[in-house]
Amino acid sequence: MALNLKEIAKKEELFMPGHRLCAGCGTAVLMRQVMLAVEGPVVVSMATSCPFVSAATYPYSAWKVPWIHSAFENSPATISGVEAAYKALRKKGSINQEIKFISMAGDGGTYDIGFQALSGALERGHRFLHICYNNEAYMNTGIQRSGATPLGAHTTTSPAGKLIPGKREFRKDLTAIIAAHDIPYVAQTTPFHWRDLMTKVQKALAVDGPSFINVLTSCHRGWRSDMKDAMQILKLAVDTCYWPLYEVVNGKYKLNYKLRNKLPVIEWIRPQGRFAHLLKEENQPIVAQIQQKIDENWEKLLAKCALD
Amino acid sequence: MARLAALTGNNAAAEAIRQIKPDVFAAYPITPQTEMAEEVAQYVADGILETEYIPVESEHSSMSACIGASLAGVRAMTATASCGLAYMWELLPIAASMRTSIVMAVVNRAFNAPLNIHCSHDDSMGARDAGWIQLYSENAQEMYDNLIQAVKIAEDEKIRLPVMVCMDGFIISHAVERLLLLADEEVKNFLGEFKSAHPLLEVNNPVTLGACALPDYYTEHKKQHSEALRHSLGKIMEVADEYARLSGRSYSLFESYQLADAEYGIVILNSAAGVTRTVVDKLRKEGIKAGLLKIRVYRPFPATQIVQALKNLKAIAVLERTDSFGGVGSPVFTDISAAFMEAPTKERPLMINYIYGLGGRDVGLEDIEKVYASLQVINQRGKIEKSFAYLQARE
Amino acid sequence: MRKLQGWKDIPTGTAIVKAGSSVEYLTGGWRDARPEHDKGKCTNCLLCWVYCPEGAITVKDDQVTGINYDYCKGCGICATECPPKVKAITMVEEPKLM
Repeated sequence: MALNLKEIAKKEELFMPGHRLCAGCGTAVLMRQVMLAVEGPVVVSMATSCPFVSAATYPYSAWKVPWIHSAFENSPATISGVEAAYKALRKKGSINQEIKFISMAGDGGTYDIGFQALSGALERGHRFLHICYNNEAYMNTGIQRSGATPLGAHTTTSPAGKLIPGKREFRKDLTAIIAAHDIPYVAQTTPFHWRDLMTKVQKALAVDGPSFINVLTSCHRGWRSDMKDAMQILKLAVDTCYWPLYEVVNGKYKLNYKLRNKLPVIEWIRPQGRFAHLLKEENQPIVAQIQQKIDENWEKLLAKCALD
Repeated sequence: MARLAALTGNNAAAEAIRQIKPDVFAAYPITPQTEMAEEVAQYVADGILETEYIPVESEHSSMSACIGASLAGVRAMTATASCGLAYMWELLPIAASMRTSIVMAVVNRAFNAPLNIHCSHDDSMGARDAGWIQLYSENAQEMYDNLIQAVKIAEDEKIRLPVMVCMDGFIISHAVERLLLLADEEVKNFLGEFKSAHPLLEVNNPVTLGACALPDYYTEHKKQHSEALRHSLGKIMEVADEYARLSGRSYSLFESYQLADAEYGIVILNSAAGVTRTVVDKLRKEGIKAGLLKIRVYRPFPATQIVQALKNLKAIAVLERTDSFGGVGSPVFTDISAAFMEAPTKERPLMINYIYGLGGRDVGLEDIEKVYASLQVINQRGKIEKSFAYLQARE
Repeated sequence: MRKLQGWKDIPTGTAIVKAGSSVEYLTGGWRDARPEHDKGKCTNCLLCWVYCPEGAITVKDDQVTGINYDYCKGCGICATECPPKVKAITMVEEPKLM
């Protein structure tokens, strides 16, 4: 059944206000949406990140569900232990209800420093959903590059300078890397596409095994974009095919939307100050390179989705 | 009923783990701990032990998983050595300050470089300030006994701190010894059930664990942890007494051997206490008042008790299997020195620090005799020229 | 000034035992512009509600009833996402502090 906002609005919020994420934080929107999508008891493990420091600072917690943080790179490992404890207690009969497990981390805690713990936990088959709130750089420490930072983006450790025009490497395709773990459910989405996101959270939590959702989420501080456009910019990411909405269910790829009019990537680049230098004449080859990569990846994705 | 068995240190530890029955055991194999990780896996595979065995991809994850499991509300254990302990280092103070009840077997092994798989105490000594309780074991019997006691200590509601239980790599972990084991039922009854302070899996009573604390609260959290650790000595002794009634084997904070009237003493940890005891006996026959203090509980450091035990000696040597590079002396030496500074007593033996047995270098009777001889020289001279020396390094 | 707890009073191991206690921490003071909601224009599509980072849009019986200014940080996402034909939310500058 398609999700309906009026019905969802009747649910109890589990990620409460009073958190200290920036005004207009895309990750805050996604936290709310994820927690509104959840049905039944859930335990959350979170990596060190903006939503960690902003929503769990003693004595204040925005979380109305059991929640644990222990370090930056180990959220999936931590939830492995919690899930194993749950299995032990279920076997003993001390717990009789179904509990779901979610691990969350940013792109640092997922693509980079936390990748090993994630890969291990997925391979071991723990029943948990890992959500990556991917804003394409280490925003919590002040906008440093990550493996998710796109080609050409300015960050404080891949700055655009007189010689070097921002990040020199393409981002890695983590969603594909996770799909290669051959787990039951893998998807990409954004909080602008709230119905897509919430549906994916529910699907992911329903599978018997590990699942992963890579959520592109805006950080207007890092992206140097307008705070009020925090959601619109995510729409552009999808409409330019920079961030296609798709899922991989038991190995089968599925595109989750019909693209009416594929916009040129410059529409995604233009509103973001992190790409400002790419608008210069001399950097047009970089824009062309980005467009070419997007086109290639889009064709590859369409081919994968058409295979079924 | 006690059972007599011939086991290596690793076998003995695995047997203790089997009897302790952790709900979750998460471990990554590393020499010389590997057998322990293997044996526990075999117990689970054979249905002898019902535990959730998490074959993690690294030690960082083994400790992370144990933190998650312990705070979820179940008994969690792990085992490691050397680089493995170093790799999980970040999580050690976290496991302690989050007040988990994890028990970890540490098979002491040297730090690289150069790579060496044999015994030094670099690993656990380096972790001494992580906020864990640390117990040291001379042999397989002590490793077995300490592990069982460690669980009861860690899970005590007034303590709620993780415990590291150490034994010497290869020297103990791989040597077969004769030891006495408790019956499964005795271990079960001794330990009882674990109840965590704020179980994460109580979904109707949701807690936030591991939040950040800003300067307005960080100090109070650390003070709370510090007090719990400092006050655990009493409970450690209570557990030892209860264990003695069960097993007939008595443990204290440290072992004093011929120390009451001793003039010359050696302070040592773990396996080399054996050879030292032999030398003490030999010297005593020769009329030399030699004694030994073997530390069992190193964290929290039983400062008052150690000063009391050592203050009447003329000269003591603290023998350590690790170098606190560039420091005043190695960890135990500096702790004992500080303890004497703090003590009201004016009596203070002359004290020297020897580094020995690095990377598994065998320590023989003659090494220990040399130490006692040097203590007599120091005493005759009434002063120490060099308080820190490598005992066995070739020039 | 809130009263700070001493070390004996805080729960073991930094646990926060009061779920959702962040609601005691008001963030409305961060705002330099306030969204004003026009009930007359509103079609109650709830897009503003689902996109609000704070959960500050109040909804009762399927209707948007207003904005909780205790938490609203004034980001303006709600005004942007309100459909172009509806535009029931306008951002109004808060008075400048001296």
